[in-house]
Amino acid sequence: MTIAPIDKPSAMSLGRSRLSHTTVFWLVFCVVLVVLIAAPLVLTEFWRRFLTEVLIWGLLAMSSDLLIGYTGMISFGHSAFFGLGMYGAAGALITTHPPNLWLAILYGLAGAAGAALFVAFFSTRLRDIYFAITTLIFSQIFYVIIFTWTPVTGGENGLIFTRPHLSIPFLYDARFTSTTMHWFVLAVVTASYLMLRRITQSPFGMVLQSIRENEPRTRAIGYPVERYKIVAVMLSGLFAGLAGVLYAIQNQFAAPDFVYFITSGDTVIYNVMGGIGTLVGPILGAGFFHLLRELLARFLGDQFPYLIPLGVIFIVMIIFLPQGLLGFARRWLNR
Amino acid sequence: MSAAAATIAPLVTVDAVHTYYGKSHILHGVSIDIGPGEVVGLLGRNGVGKSTTLKTIMGLVQPSEGTVRLNGEAITGLPPHKLARRGIGYVPEDRRIFRFLTVMENLRTGLDRSGVDDAKRQMLLDKVFQFFPVLAERRTQPGGTLSGGEQQMLAIARAMMLEPKIVLLDEPTEGLMPRMVSQIRNIIEVLHKEGVAILLVEQNVPLTLEASQRVYIMEKGSVRHQCAASEIDIHHPIVKQYLGV
Amino acid sequence: MGTIVQFFQAIPIDLLIIQTVNGIVTGMILALVASGLTLIFGIMDVVNFAHGELFMLGAYLGFVVFAATGSFWVALIAAALIVALLGAALQIVTLRPLIGRDPLNTILATFGISLVLQNYALWQFGPVVRKIPAPIEAQFTLFYLQYPWYRLLIALISAAIIGGFWLFLKHGKFGVWIRATAQDRVMAQAMGIPVPWVYTGVFAIGAAMAAASGVLFAPMAGVSHTMGLDWVLKAFIVVVVGGMGNLVGSVAAAIFISLLEAYATIFVDPSQAVIVSFVVLILTLLFRPTGLFVPTPK
Repeated sequence: MTIAPIDKPSAMSLGRSRLSHTTVFWLVFCVVLVVLIAAPLVLTEFWRRFLTEVLIWGLLAMSSDLLIGYTGMISFGHSAFFGLGMYGAAGALITTHPPNLWLAILYGLAGAAGAALFVAFFSTRLRDIYFAITTLIFSQIFYVIIFTWTPVTGGENGLIFTRPHLSIPFLYDARFTSTTMHWFVLAVVTASYLMLRRITQSPFGMVLQSIRENEPRTRAIGYPVERYKIVAVMLSGLFAGLAGVLYAIQNQFAAPDFVYFITSGDTVIYNVMGGIGTLVGPILGAGFFHLLRELLARFLGDQFPYLIPLGVIFIVMIIFLPQGLLGFARRWLNR
Repeated sequence: MSAAAATIAPLVTVDAVHTYYGKSHILHGVSIDIGPGEVVGLLGRNGVGKSTTLKTIMGLVQPSEGTVRLNGEAITGLPPHKLARRGIGYVPEDRRIFRFLTVMENLRTGLDRSGVDDAKRQMLLDKVFQFFPVLAERRTQPGGTLSGGEQQMLAIARAMMLEPKIVLLDEPTEGLMPRMVSQIRNIIEVLHKEGVAILLVEQNVPLTLEASQRVYIMEKGSVRHQCAASEIDIHHPIVKQYLGV
Repeated sequence: MGTIVQFFQAIPIDLLIIQTVNGIVTGMILALVASGLTLIFGIMDVVNFAHGELFMLGAYLGFVVFAATGSFWVALIAAALIVALLGAALQIVTLRPLIGRDPLNTILATFGISLVLQNYALWQFGPVVRKIPAPIEAQFTLFYLQYPWYRLLIALISAAIIGGFWLFLKHGKFGVWIRATAQDRVMAQAMGIPVPWVYTGVFAIGAAMAAASGVLFAPMAGVSHTMGLDWVLKAFIVVVVGGMGNLVGSVAAAIFISLLEAYATIFVDPSQAVIVSFVVLILTLLFRPTGLFVPTPK
């Protein structure tokens, strides 16, 4: 997708369609939002939690999309950002009494930012394939550290902690119910989506996309490509860490398994299935993946290796449908 | 723009071919043909699509419209390695010999194919070493250590190993000293005597007019003029129009 | 200075030699795995995330064939051949359509393959660790240890396979084809070399090397469906440190890293010794990103 100048003859029609484009977008957005807000009121407990979890994975996938879809960098390191967000939150929830929601978020983001900085420093000097491999290896470095540093991280067994109250200072303080949990996650994910959307449509985001299209040319024009990449990795890492925090709060445990590179792999799958470069696509991809998994488990039994058909679908999609489910809407969504 | 009267069926025909590189429309309905054993020159300024025409014939680039035929049979869409085996030899711009393979190994890439027994191998090698004694001398050296002119010779020799019916030569004299240019001229002559057809893309107009029987002149992706090489010389107005600086 | 000398003098020399031997043995297996990986990358520009799974499948197939025939060597050869064919089939079906596309796609595709293969193995064989007995049970005395001859044999066989392949590349028709294709895919085609099949062949060879490593390694630690994961990670580190596409570099890097890790286990727990390879990687990326053993960055 090149950033082409608008030529005169179509400016008139573009003016009109641009108006309706934005309206359509916000209309759809509101409808979807309303559906998601109403959902927990009609769903069973299981599906409520399911939906909440899909949203969390969706956030993780969105953060990854910033790198894959907009900057053109495949990262297998998101499990590190996610995991550190999770453990950071765990740290806050275990060490402070009473456990504070916002502190958990703060610690989680800080942890993820640290990981992101580390990864960014090394990895942005390398081109695509090397970047992918080194992010993979870095996420494994974090895995090993977390797995073996038992006194601090609980090692193999991870950490268990209590959920904090949903506390908005001076306004509200109560335990989370699965419904309010869902709404809180929805709020965070929606806010994140809007922020990411703003970022990708800003001049900064345009530069990222130009890096994806043609890095040498972008550098030749004079942009400090490395710095843009570092910021992209940091942003991506922060939102991934946020997803980790949400997961920790939702499930009340932190485990090293999530830092294993498989989580990064899953994230990339959500991205590809949903459509890279669309921001919402990956959320859909996450939903599609988990729904399929759930259905396969229900119809074919728990023992069925659901990842085999899912893996095959994934491969088939790469070959025949590389744009993913929403890829066709990419142009449209990015206006 | 009718094709030159050819009572013998042409060896290679390019028929109204359109080729794109991404969104750039490079060839706009190019039609040329080369008869068996004929030396045909393709002239034009830089960027008019001469190299692209060669690449289209060689299957390195797929046309979006039009057909390429070899001996009457459509070959558009066939992969390059099949075309090489059917007798199309390609000597690209900047030679592109295998720099880390020895001279001998470079030649082997064309020799190691079915239908070449030991006797024929020896015969082909002898022939090529006879034309290019310097290659015989350097046969165990890596291709990258050869000089520009020697690399050009290797590129042509390598294509000859395929026993091609037609050789596509893309700017063989570019960057070569005058002494080497006349050597290239001799090679073209020798190949012609052997009955090998040649499609010669060149910026060197006098050489092309001298070596070819017919020439096509291209501009902006299509053929603008064709005639026998003897009909024009470098002072001809057509040459000034399409090839003048 | 004096404390450093004292430090090293405190390590018993027999422990040092034992660890050196261990390091070389693991290093050779790692070299064989990494060779396949760097070959596939160097020639096809494909990052084969499924390499660890091919290693794992090789081990499982070896187990199955061994159970049927009772011969370790038949198992080794059969596993390598079957996985080679499987690799060729996978390449034709999933990777050929992706030739010419963004390399990102092949990374994702091989990742998908690794998922499918891993779960297939889990499904077929379950989580139970299988065992293949070593073909040679004899041991010799290395200081205070009874050291299995088999381990030395593995190192020798791995070296032989790598060496044999190196010769194959340097001489022989297919070796020339492979090297020509690696240098200039377009001109290789223009010379009549069937490049798509060269790619398939190279992938098959890489897969066979991974499978052979799996079978060779199996008697040492057993066969499980996760064994590929640890090896593939180390193999990637080795490939990056050794210089991607550099066969000799990978071998050297594999032995280097394995030796360092073996020495590290003198001081720390094995699960932490793995950090050594990470450190080497980081240092390489910082100072010599094209590869530790590559003479000059080009």
